[in-house]
Amino acid sequence: MELTTVWFCLVAFLFIGYFVLEGFDFGVGMLLPFLGRDDRERRTMINTIGPLWDGNEVWLIVAGASIFAAFPEWYATLFSGFYLPLLLILVALIVRGVAFEYRHQREDAAWKQRWDAAIIFGSFVPALLWGVAFGNIVRGVEIDADKNYVGSFFDLLNPYALLAGAVTLTLFLTHGANFLALKTRGVIHERAREASLKVGLVAAVLAVAFLLWTCLDHDDVWVWVLSGLAALAFVGGLAAAWARRDGWAFVGTMAAIGLAVTALFVALFPDVMPSTLDPAYSLTVENAASTPKTLGIMSWVAVVFVPIVIGYQAWSYWVFRKRISVESIAADVPVEHTPA
Amino acid sequence: MEALELARWQFGITTVYHFFFVPITIGLSFLVAGLELAWVRTRDEKWLRLTKFFGKLFLINFAMGIVTGIVQEFQFGMNWSDYSRFVGDIFGAPLAVEGLLAFFLESTFLGLWIFGWDKLSPALHNACMWIAAIGTALSAYFILAANSFMQNPVGYTFNAERGRAELESFTDVLTNKVVLITLPHTLFGAFMVAGGLMAAVSMWWLIRRKPVDADAFRSTLRLGAVTLLVAGLGTVVTGDIQGKVMTEVQPMKMAAAEALYETQQPAPFSILTVGSLDGDKPFYQLEVPHLLSYLATGTWNGEVQGINNLQAEYEETYGPGNYKPYIPVTYWSFRLMITCGALAMAIGAWMLWVTRKGRVPRSEWRWPIWLAVASTLLPLFANSFGWIFTEMGRQPWIVFGLMRTEAGVSPNVGAGTVLTSLIVFTLLYGALAVVEVKLLLSAIKKGLPDVDPDNETGKQPEDKPMAFAY
Repeated sequence: MELTTVWFCLVAFLFIGYFVLEGFDFGVGMLLPFLGRDDRERRTMINTIGPLWDGNEVWLIVAGASIFAAFPEWYATLFSGFYLPLLLILVALIVRGVAFEYRHQREDAAWKQRWDAAIIFGSFVPALLWGVAFGNIVRGVEIDADKNYVGSFFDLLNPYALLAGAVTLTLFLTHGANFLALKTRGVIHERAREASLKVGLVAAVLAVAFLLWTCLDHDDVWVWVLSGLAALAFVGGLAAAWARRDGWAFVGTMAAIGLAVTALFVALFPDVMPSTLDPAYSLTVENAASTPKTLGIMSWVAVVFVPIVIGYQAWSYWVFRKRISVESIAADVPVEHTPA
Repeated sequence: MEALELARWQFGITTVYHFFFVPITIGLSFLVAGLELAWVRTRDEKWLRLTKFFGKLFLINFAMGIVTGIVQEFQFGMNWSDYSRFVGDIFGAPLAVEGLLAFFLESTFLGLWIFGWDKLSPALHNACMWIAAIGTALSAYFILAANSFMQNPVGYTFNAERGRAELESFTDVLTNKVVLITLPHTLFGAFMVAGGLMAAVSMWWLIRRKPVDADAFRSTLRLGAVTLLVAGLGTVVTGDIQGKVMTEVQPMKMAAAEALYETQQPAPFSILTVGSLDGDKPFYQLEVPHLLSYLATGTWNGEVQGINNLQAEYEETYGPGNYKPYIPVTYWSFRLMITCGALAMAIGAWMLWVTRKGRVPRSEWRWPIWLAVASTLLPLFANSFGWIFTEMGRQPWIVFGLMRTEAGVSPNVGAGTVLTSLIVFTLLYGALAVVEVKLLLSAIKKGLPDVDPDNETGKQPEDKPMAFAY
């Protein structure tokens, strides 16, 4: 396999990892106002992702940096072209990240409400906009001969991309609900399961419409196969949620997201950012790539360290494997007391 | 203003801001790991309480460090897309390696540390903080390797057909003489900040009208002050070597640091200047003869090249143009860096003096509170001035000798768009700064927490609440 293909696959892998992992913590954040009726319930929800969300977000950082290292032209065109959506995503990720750490620092209802709003906003915005961004990448945007995006912000809000955004939003909601059902006991568990079934049906309809559109646009047998498998996995996940098999329900949405993102990357290949102005202007794995030397060195680094990272991240998931409930949260902020 | 100026302002503001949190994170992660190690080894509850207390300050700060760091990575592509195209083959790799080797370590093991008190054995729990600390230092190395390429490009060839720099030797990039000296200088700088902060917080608790936990805070006052002082000496030694490397690879930056317009041998070090720094005779100037020669070349009579001579030389090499950095900024930021660092060290020495041989600072003193505040802020500002100096001193280049800053900016991003993001980030960062400082102060005022060592067994009983929860 060409090194450029290897790196295309690696970038795809990193984004799959990002969406599969941060997808559920976005989901938990978005469900906060709907499933958590009081502070203790909300804290229970937040604590299911407390030790994990930051490690999940690093998948995005590494995916972004890998595009920079392996396909500098792609990185330059994408980030300068999708400027305003990325700015919004950054603002969302900033307030959300700070909110997790700062929310519990004060016993003050208004304070907590404000940070809840930050978590909710910070989870909804990227869950929607990552779909819009990827929809546009796959659909193609106006790229000129100098490889610069020349469309406007509103050109990015086309029907296909907006549908993609609705799909990621609802998929992540379902995925988050399945995660909560898997990780909690008691009221949150019950409500999460219900939410998974309700939102899951909407997500299924939207996702099938979007994947069908993608399949018809890119008549490729693998896109059909992967999209079909994604749909099957998702329906399987819903069935498992209905049958109260929390683990399998979560595996189902995980597989569905992974397969759907794979289908998108397969539809994209060998382009990385097609141009709608002229196919000759499209960025491809060839004309956007770094030198074979850089790709070769980076491949070795990836071969050695990606398995190590997956190993210790899996271990941290194992350490925090226990279900929690509102009883796991001490009524007061624990341990910290003001000395007399 | 044009998109170029706005993009530069945005980079400056977001980077200086990000670097308030970075040195605290690097330095404090090691210090907290050390406090916890003392707990694991001695089982003295004092150390556990100190670990939790300073660990909380560390985490409040760390949250800001992460979220402002994501902006840095996106910003190259958003505002500096032509720069990214030009250097991506070389510059992207250290960034990707940084994420893969360092950020995953930091985020995963800090998650384990924050929530793992009742799930991991004390030794394993402590190991998590050490691993996270090593992650912060690794991260510093890779990002400085990337930055050093901008100061002193090595290990590349220029591909005229693609119009970009391409990697020739990754080893050369990673062993750039600039990164080898900038790394220890930066790490020592980070330890000065963390040491100063730790000492200041401890001092505040000792000089209250009714001191609480005086024994514990005396320990961290000494630890912080020693860290500040030793790291301070480290920055002096590494800074001295760095100056000589800089004279060799970026002589214009050295000349700009001194506002030295004409080549001189021997060259004096200017302590301060009253008057303009545009090359006319200044109104008043205080100088130490021969000192600049020593700083730049290592000999008391060495020749130091002046701005005008270098300008003429660069015009011959690179064609017509202005190759001078903005001198008032380089001149004063260089001096302020040194002044802040030296004053901080003096405070560190004073803190050791008042705690010598078991002494505890007297509690009726009020004025040392200002020295405590200064011992936090001075090293922090020394870091900021150092970065402002080294980045402004690189101008007009974005990659020294290869690409000028104005050529790196995104050609398809308008001034209005950059202005929007500049305003958004400035307001958001400003608001978050207020929140962060308030939270730090209230966490400091809460003092050492009570602890229940039974909670730290590594075995969580089924019916007990989590030892730590958000």
